[in-house]
Amino acid sequence: MRTRFQQQMEDLREKLLRMGGLAELAVDRATQAYTERDLTRCQLVLENESLINAAEREIDELAFDILATQQPAATDLRFILAVTKINADLERVGDQAVNIAERVMDLIDLPAVELPVDIARMATAVSAMVRRALESFVEGKAELAQAVLEMDHVVDRMRDEAFIVLVRKMNEEPQVTQQALDALLVARNLERVADHATNISEDVIFWVLGADVRHHAQAASAAPRPEPREQ
Amino acid sequence: MPATNSNPAAVLIPEVSVPPISLRRRVTDHVMTAVSVLTVALVLLPLFAIFAYLVYKGIGSINLAFLTQTPKPVGEPGGGMANAIVGSMVILGIASLLGVPLGIGAGIFLSEYGRNRYGDIVRFVSDVLNGVPSIVIGIVAYGLVVMRQKHFSALAGGVALAIMMIPTIARTTEQMLLLVPQAIREAAYGLGVSRWRTTLSITLRTATSGVITGVMLAFARVAGETAPLLFTAFGNQFWNWKTDQPTAALSLQIFSYAISPFDEWHRQAWAGALVLIILIVGAVAAVRIAVRHGTLAGA
Amino acid sequence: MGVGITVEHLNAFYAKTQALFDVNIIVAANHATALIGPSGCGKSTFIRCLNRMHETIPEARVEGSVRIGDLSVYNGTSATQLRRRVGMVFQKPNPFPTMSIYDNVAAGLKLNGFRNRKQLDEVVHKSLQASALWDEVKDHLHKKSGASLSGGQQQRLCIARALAVQPEVLLMDEPCSALDPISTGKIEELIFQLKEQYTIVIVTHNMQQAARVAEFTGFFLLGKMIEFDKTEKIFTNPSDKRTEDYVTGRFG
Repeated sequence: MRTRFQQQMEDLREKLLRMGGLAELAVDRATQAYTERDLTRCQLVLENESLINAAEREIDELAFDILATQQPAATDLRFILAVTKINADLERVGDQAVNIAERVMDLIDLPAVELPVDIARMATAVSAMVRRALESFVEGKAELAQAVLEMDHVVDRMRDEAFIVLVRKMNEEPQVTQQALDALLVARNLERVADHATNISEDVIFWVLGADVRHHAQAASAAPRPEPREQ
Repeated sequence: MPATNSNPAAVLIPEVSVPPISLRRRVTDHVMTAVSVLTVALVLLPLFAIFAYLVYKGIGSINLAFLTQTPKPVGEPGGGMANAIVGSMVILGIASLLGVPLGIGAGIFLSEYGRNRYGDIVRFVSDVLNGVPSIVIGIVAYGLVVMRQKHFSALAGGVALAIMMIPTIARTTEQMLLLVPQAIREAAYGLGVSRWRTTLSITLRTATSGVITGVMLAFARVAGETAPLLFTAFGNQFWNWKTDQPTAALSLQIFSYAISPFDEWHRQAWAGALVLIILIVGAVAAVRIAVRHGTLAGA
Repeated sequence: MGVGITVEHLNAFYAKTQALFDVNIIVAANHATALIGPSGCGKSTFIRCLNRMHETIPEARVEGSVRIGDLSVYNGTSATQLRRRVGMVFQKPNPFPTMSIYDNVAAGLKLNGFRNRKQLDEVVHKSLQASALWDEVKDHLHKKSGASLSGGQQQRLCIARALAVQPEVLLMDEPCSALDPISTGKIEELIFQLKEQYTIVIVTHNMQQAARVAEFTGFFLLGKMIEFDKTEKIFTNPSDKRTEDYVTGRFG
């Protein structure tokens, strides 16, 4: 039944996954550009930003259309609401990737400096979070989403450490302040990406369980439900 | 119009062009219409012919004397059928008083409570009764009433005619009540109205116009009956205001005048027939107007 | 004021066929409760058991108990008495066609013995106001018949007729399914206002209507009540998969 509706929902899902892929790629490219001081990659990130923005508009339009014409209820309704929110978060992830790329372009003009902060390791963790959040959406599994929420603490700590370490470096060697500041900003951008991945996971939990776990509310009160249908 | 692969309707509708209506079909159409009109005319023609002929033969003999005097003996000119006119009204009045309530009651039973084997039996009996020859009913009334009372009477005549009215009224009442949608009854039940109250105040009231049509049908039919009155009302040459004495009736009077050898009486028979028809038509029309007057706008 | 309805272990039969299986519901007073479900699921049968209208069908019978307020529907009272406390509005508007608007509204009272003209006038006035029909018909009360109104007006007339008897509970069996969207909207608005005075149970095919109008919703399937809960829960996160499937349009 409701072939057209199912079609549209499937469409929506695919579009969001494609956008997720684009956002993930952007973050990976930007962080690789940092570690390898690669200008080409930076430019790729800046160019592909428009793709991400276009995708955001498309997804919002389709979701709006479905809401207006199909009166989705229960799981379907939660799915669409979740999609619109994940949509916004993915677009921000794209913005953060652009910010990182801009920092890198700044850094490339400056002499290379050894900094006591492991951006690469942080990037790996953040990338893993984004990937797992998107996986939890694909599979519709709340446990995967929950795991992402827990990884957020780790990344927060990494950023705090980076802050302390880089501030100390700036005090000790004022001539590398610009590079240290850029590195600090990159760390902050990565931490924001992690936050967005967390938001995405919360939205997935909302869709799957019907529980609102934003701002650390517990998911325990949600009634146990059978697996939702594959969208 | 784009038809996608997933649209099942695209498969079912082939491309077809509808040809214009051929000459043959148009001619047939007109011929059949003409045939229908012709048959209607054929049916109505006898009706109007009878009426016209009655007027032609009878109008000359209707005068004040005819309408106010009793029959004069043979040979004397003048005289009228005043007592027969009144007598007919009395007999029909008695018949209606007896037949209409019983008929409507039977109709209510059949429609509301008789959708079962008992109802079928009653329906069968009613249909049989409807087919009994009117003379036989007259004889039955003779046996039931006249022999008991040891005299002819308007009452006996009324009884005979009532027996003839009942099957028609019962069947049409039943049909009219069945036409009332069940939703109307349910609306009444939903308000907490009891079943008998619903039947009388709602169902019957909704079917009123149809029921009255049935009653007038029965009335018009028995108004002209002669045979049942032969042995019951018997006829009377004089005024009679009592219901337990032989009473004159228009149909009886027309009959006895028509089979007589006197021209004068023949003329009066024609006049009587015309008066009878006019009275029946008048009665039915009067009831129709009265019902319409009491009906609300849009009902 | 409205009263609550308690239904326990209700089973309903039409001759040998069982139409309802062990239904248990508590309907809250002064709220609207919607009953949804696919065709033939028993929701209309259920609502008719509440005012014993199912008894108009021969060989229909019921087991179990229904209490309306303090009244036991099957043990305590006659059907006609019961139906004066429980009003009903049907799917297709059914005003009495040969009666005027006034007589239609007053029918429930007149046929049960009330004759006082002044009191009847007042009740008719209030009922027509309560059903948002007064302004449209106040000049034609005695002149126009009930059947001369439009579909939406007829249904509001039927609502006024039901309200005139001053019931405590109002049962509505798909009241808007024969009406256009504007009339439907007016009647939904009406239900919203009537909730304060009456307990309303509404059967509907239209899930969005149930969602708009009722605080509680029950989902019926094949004669059983599958789920009964607050309306938001049924439509955002139902507990039973069958409810979920029906509400998202996967069947029904």
